[in-house]
Amino acid sequence: MLGYAVRRLLGAIPTLFLIITFSFFLMRVAPGGPFDRERTLEAKVLENLNRVFHLDKPVWEQYLYYLGNLARGDLGPSFIYRDFSVQQLLGNGLPVSIQLGGTALLIALLIGSLLGTIAALRQNSWIDYSVIATATFGITVPNFVVAPLLSLIFGVWLSLLPAGGWNSPESMVLPVITLALPQIAIIARLIRGSTIEALRSDHVRTARAYGLPTRMVVVVHALRAACLPVISYLGPAAAALLTGSVVVETIFGLPGIGRYFVQGALNRDYTLVMGTVIIIAVFVVIFNLIVDLLYAALDPRVRYD
Amino acid sequence: MQQENSERIFDIRGIRVTFETPDGAVEAVRGVDMHVNAGETVAVVGESGSGKSQIMMAAMGLLASNGAVSGSARYRGQELIGMPRSKLNKVRGAKVTMIFQEPMTSLDPLYTIERQICEPIRVHGGLSGAAARRRALELLKLVHIPDPERRLKSYPHELSGGQRQRVMIAMALANDPDLLIADEPTTALDVTIQAEILGLLAELQKKLGMAILFITHDLGIVEAFADRVYVMQKGLVVETGTTADIFQRPAEAYTKMLLAAEPEGHKPPVGDDKPILLDADGVSVTFSMKGGLFSGGGFEIKAVQNVGLRLRAGQTIGIVGESGSGKSTLGRALLQLLPSEGRVVYQGTPIQGFDRGAMRPYRRNLQMVFQDPYGSLSPRMTVGEIITEGLLVHEPSLSGREREQRAMQALKEVGLDPGMRNRFPHEFSGGQRQRIAIARAVVLKPTVIVLDEPTSALDRSVQKQIITLLRDIQENYNLSFIFISHDLAVVKALADYAIVMRSGQVVEEGPTGEVFDNPRSDYTKDLMEAAFNLKQVLSRQAAARAG
Repeated sequence: MLGYAVRRLLGAIPTLFLIITFSFFLMRVAPGGPFDRERTLEAKVLENLNRVFHLDKPVWEQYLYYLGNLARGDLGPSFIYRDFSVQQLLGNGLPVSIQLGGTALLIALLIGSLLGTIAALRQNSWIDYSVIATATFGITVPNFVVAPLLSLIFGVWLSLLPAGGWNSPESMVLPVITLALPQIAIIARLIRGSTIEALRSDHVRTARAYGLPTRMVVVVHALRAACLPVISYLGPAAAALLTGSVVVETIFGLPGIGRYFVQGALNRDYTLVMGTVIIIAVFVVIFNLIVDLLYAALDPRVRYD
Repeated sequence: MQQENSERIFDIRGIRVTFETPDGAVEAVRGVDMHVNAGETVAVVGESGSGKSQIMMAAMGLLASNGAVSGSARYRGQELIGMPRSKLNKVRGAKVTMIFQEPMTSLDPLYTIERQICEPIRVHGGLSGAAARRRALELLKLVHIPDPERRLKSYPHELSGGQRQRVMIAMALANDPDLLIADEPTTALDVTIQAEILGLLAELQKKLGMAILFITHDLGIVEAFADRVYVMQKGLVVETGTTADIFQRPAEAYTKMLLAAEPEGHKPPVGDDKPILLDADGVSVTFSMKGGLFSGGGFEIKAVQNVGLRLRAGQTIGIVGESGSGKSTLGRALLQLLPSEGRVVYQGTPIQGFDRGAMRPYRRNLQMVFQDPYGSLSPRMTVGEIITEGLLVHEPSLSGREREQRAMQALKEVGLDPGMRNRFPHEFSGGQRQRIAIARAVVLKPTVIVLDEPTSALDRSVQKQIITLLRDIQENYNLSFIFISHDLAVVKALADYAIVMRSGQVVEEGPTGEVFDNPRSDYTKDLMEAAFNLKQVLSRQAAARAG
């Protein structure tokens, strides 16, 4: 198992390399540059800037230079946030995003699994229907609607919670709810479906036929099988949640890294975009590995060696 | 045999089972009386849809959520229908236990054998962990699982089908049951394994004295195994009596029909003067599991090793063997549906190694019919579309009208109403679907059809009709068949030449009469006896235990 994990991580290096290469050149293909403004800079200034950031060299040279720095763990300076390196920007923002995303993920898992299981056990009852209806609602309403609504109701009208900002534990509540709601909905639906299927399976029938108490039948025999599809969903979902959300960070004014992705791209802040791409790629690789290892831990039929 | 006056432990009166379906209520069981005395073996026999399993599911509180039951099912005087779940849970798994058809799926794939056997022991017997484990080990020894200590730590997928069923039996015996309900427990197993499992059940019954209620569609098992029989049809018991009575003096037409539904007849061999259509030599198929970029070497499975055959016009070669013998793989390799080595010649053209494009002109002549009449027909296409799809590729010049004509003709040939060509596969029964699959092959006017277990998913009576159909179309079109099956009775009736395969190799081959009546190899002998003379196998096993 350990050997497998190491092999997978080694296998991720070429993947990451391809992602980095592709993104690097894709960014350069996009028209415009980091120093284009409404008012064009003086030619001399622009030249100096380009020299400082090595933009006067051919693209392949810039690429090699970037790779060289990256190999030393240097993501380079931000082109737009002049006083910061990309490491500093991401290093400040990532903990915020992870805190928000991680909390939302945990809450979504707990509530989603609970709702999904209850709905499955009471299939076709009013409980089931209301869970499904709520879940469908949760999936269809986009977060740019939920976020300002929550902010308006709880922050402005009721003044119960801060409407935005990042200064107290309370300021986490609304963003976490916004992030968690659609995940609760998705997880509840997944769990409901797989639990219903598991409850119909032959081995659950065996457990019933052998007089095991219902709680044991459900928890031991049905739910363990039912959580497998949710785990495969969790890999990419966790990577997406933990790397922050542009919408939520913008609306609540949070210093996470989600917004850098969009701002970096719009400003042609080449190094910042590359930095966020690398972070997200690394998260995806890691979480997919975790999912596969979890699978093996939960399902003895899955073996890696 | 048990005496008539022995105690009645399980008594079913006027039981009815109804399922709510989108098409309205379906009555699966329509008022059945049945009983089991202490220590006796009762068989409930019937074809699929007769309701034979649902009676027991209903009695044990295991009906699907859309099912409802009325009537009475008493175990030693206690009414089980409507009994509170907590009270029912004291009976089921303890005094009345069940084993099921699919030993593969009936055990939880996520837990070890030990855990699954111990669960009912601990729940019903209140044993501690260590004591339950000792009991589990004892039980595994009782059902003759080799290396029981190690097996306790195994997961179901690490066991063979026969071993899994032994584990199920061990679970069933854990709390000294009065009654063991066995629902088609050997249907998914090979015949030699079936004989072993039935022998084990007989042995355990003798040793432990529980009654067995055996649900099956297989009359061979009933004859060899049961004291008394209930024959069911469409939710009703049509006839009941001792096994000897039912087999020697069946009263009802349906029982007579079931008894006569064993495949009959034989096919005379074709002459050596008939042209050779398919000539194969040294065919081998190896499946290799490749290693990944960093994961080192893979391993190989030799599914078929060096097999040859010669199919003449009008001939039927039967390929028999148990699961994993490589018989289906061989069939696919002959038609170049998977990569293989060796030499395959079709009517003078070496087709070995042909890719899809090169094979295309030959495909219409070399057709295939598969086992699963549910999975092999696209559910979103009408029967007419399914049948004529091949014509679009192989006879593109045909007009829509001509294609339709051909479809109607093909349907007529396989005994279906041509007016049904605009319906979808799910509207047909299993036997009808297999007819559609045959029509799809026949419409192209092929010369060779490889039939891969075409009758295995069907009831015996339906099987018989399909066999008759295959005989007729073979005669009408001078077709050659390669008939792959684990069902020896069907092969005996249809094939004039038989090849017995085991572990990818040919064990024995020859004219069907010779292979079936005078098998030379020990393996073929065992196979034939387990398939055609189960009673003798079981009584020999019993004698061996006694002696």
